Amino acid sequence: MILIKCPYCGERDQSEFSNGGEAHVIRPKNPGSLSDKDWGEYVFYRNNPKGIFYERWVHSHGCKKWFNAVRNTSTDQILRVYKVNEKRPDLSDFKNTLKSPSGEPLVGSGNFAVKK
Amino acid sequence: MKKKYSIKSLIKNSLSDNENWGKMWRNPNPKKHYDVIIVGGGGHGLGTAYYLAKHHGVKNIAVIEKGWLGSGNTGRNTTIIRSNYLWDESANLYDHAVKLWENLSEDLNYNMMFSQRGVLNLAHNEHDIKEIKRRVSANRLNGLDTMWLDKNEVKDLVPIMNTDNLRYPVLGAAYQPRGGVARHDAVAWGYAMRADELGVDIIQNCEVKGIKTDNYKVEGVETTKGFIKSSKIGVVASGHTSVLAATAGVRLPLQSRPLQALVSEPIKPVINTVVMSNAVHAYVSQSDKGELVIGAGTDGYNSFTQRGGYDVIEETVRAIVELYPIFGKMKMLRQWGGIVDICPDASPIISKCDVEGLYFNCGWGTGGFKATPGSANVFAHTIAKDEPHKINAPFALSRFSDGRLIDEHGAAAVAH
Ligand SMILES: Cc1cc2nc3c(=O)[nH]c(=O)nc-3n(C[C@H](O)[C@H](O)[C@H](O)COP(=O)(O)OP(=O)(O)OC[C@H]3O[C@@H](n4cnc5c(N)ncnc54)[C@H](O)[C@@H]3O)c2cc1C
Ligand SMILES: [Zn+2]
Repeated sequence: MILIKCPYCGERDQSEFSNGGEAHVIRPKNPGSLSDKDWGEYVFYRNNPKGIFYERWVHSHGCKKWFNAVRNTSTDQILRVYKVNEKRPDLSDFKNTLKSPSGEPLVGSGNFAVKK
Repeated sequence: MKKKYSIKSLIKNSLSDNENWGKMWRNPNPKKHYDVIIVGGGGHGLGTAYYLAKHHGVKNIAVIEKGWLGSGNTGRNTTIIRSNYLWDESANLYDHAVKLWENLSEDLNYNMMFSQRGVLNLAHNEHDIKEIKRRVSANRLNGLDTMWLDKNEVKDLVPIMNTDNLRYPVLGAAYQPRGGVARHDAVAWGYAMRADELGVDIIQNCEVKGIKTDNYKVEGVETTKGFIKSSKIGVVASGHTSVLAATAGVRLPLQSRPLQALVSEPIKPVINTVVMSNAVHAYVSQSDKGELVIGAGTDGYNSFTQRGGYDVIEETVRAIVELYPIFGKMKMLRQWGGIVDICPDASPIISKCDVEGLYFNCGWGTGGFKATPGSANVFAHTIAKDEPHKINAPFALSRFSDGRLIDEHGAAAVAH
């Protein structure tokens, strides 16, 4: 179970929230002149890192407000919660706990085939 | 030496307490160079190596697996097999697999325990009925054995089902008799053993840390056992495929999420088919050991933690108990999660990419076990010939820019 700290209501169970996928995706200003490839990138492609991820949440069973979070997807640890009008925190603020791109963290992973 | 399994070998080995079966495959150290490297030792990867060696005469192949064979989703799924997908492209691909399943035990001389006990997809409201009947008609045009059953016919097949006294009553179902279940481990082990016999090096407990490219051409893989050279690399790493792609500078339209399953204590046979429901999100079958095999949904956010949230199980178990009140007092024995790679149109990607020699077989998401032999078979063709087989040509990456999506959200709505 994850606890998420809504910037408006405080700490609540994750089941009160809905996830909105990657944060800071900007709609292209000139869709008409984009190539199919670039438009496809905007519509279908999202980052999917193992490790530090910027994402959106909405407190759907609470205040119904959207906000952003930085989470380590390899452990589900939430590292920062910030309002949508706040500046995106720098990647260098956070420590990646993985030794290799698809490695397993020592704590927080259920992959016991690899963790020893 | 070719391992033969038969009633004779069973009896012979039982006389020595099954201590003398011998190893099913070698455990080699990686060579410096391979003609083809497959990243990911799940069913799709091992099958690909097998078909590359058997049908395409490729001699020098390695399968590199970060854990043990089948420790990914191949060993974590609920083993439902069916081909009742809506679009022609999918029907061709998934039924190619079902046809291979039908002979796989013989082809590999290893028991897949493939049991064609049929698969039901329940309808609970007017919209479900329309959607499912449309899919049944599309299936029949593609020569598939799907049919519509009314409520009473469903009840005849599954007498323990509560069809009326629940919030979303059961109004009917699609039924595919050729669907069923198989033994997940057997798929990985059967392909591994026969690939090994054909000279494929299966390298376990070896993680690929990155894919090395030069000027849009692959050069090899950096692994925890050193650098291995190859000019053809097939990545079949389910939830980790996009992470690996990123090391080669390739972006894939995938999102990785935990998907869970759970099994109960074993009981006498009570359900002899597979029943799935999109609307209340639950599905169940009974294993040969007697355990109920229950599939839950995906977590609502990206994660690689390989566990899954309890609220997701709660939702599934609630639906199961309402549909089958008889299960209300049963104890659950185990729960686990796998990381599935979800594609925007709920269809897989079996494709080349902008980097020469780099091939992907991914995006199977919550439902790729059923496709294992078919997927492996056409992926081997794609790698050997450097062009797709006609069955997987529509499943190219280019569909996310030219718009030819294969939307199977209806057929894949219950996450399995
Ligand atoms: C709970 C659950 C239930 C499911 N139920 C069904 C079902 O009923 N029917 C159905 O059709 N499908 C089902 N699926 C989906 C199905 O399991 C998968 O689509 C399918 O097994 C994928 O097979 P694969 O060989 O591509 O991947 P996997 O079996 O996941 O193999 C990929 C392998 O790659 C390895 N790997 C990852 N990164 C690296 C690296 N860096 N280096 C080396 N190796 C690496 C992993 O360890 C893994 O073993 C289910 C999945 C889950 C999780
Ligand atoms: Zn709130």
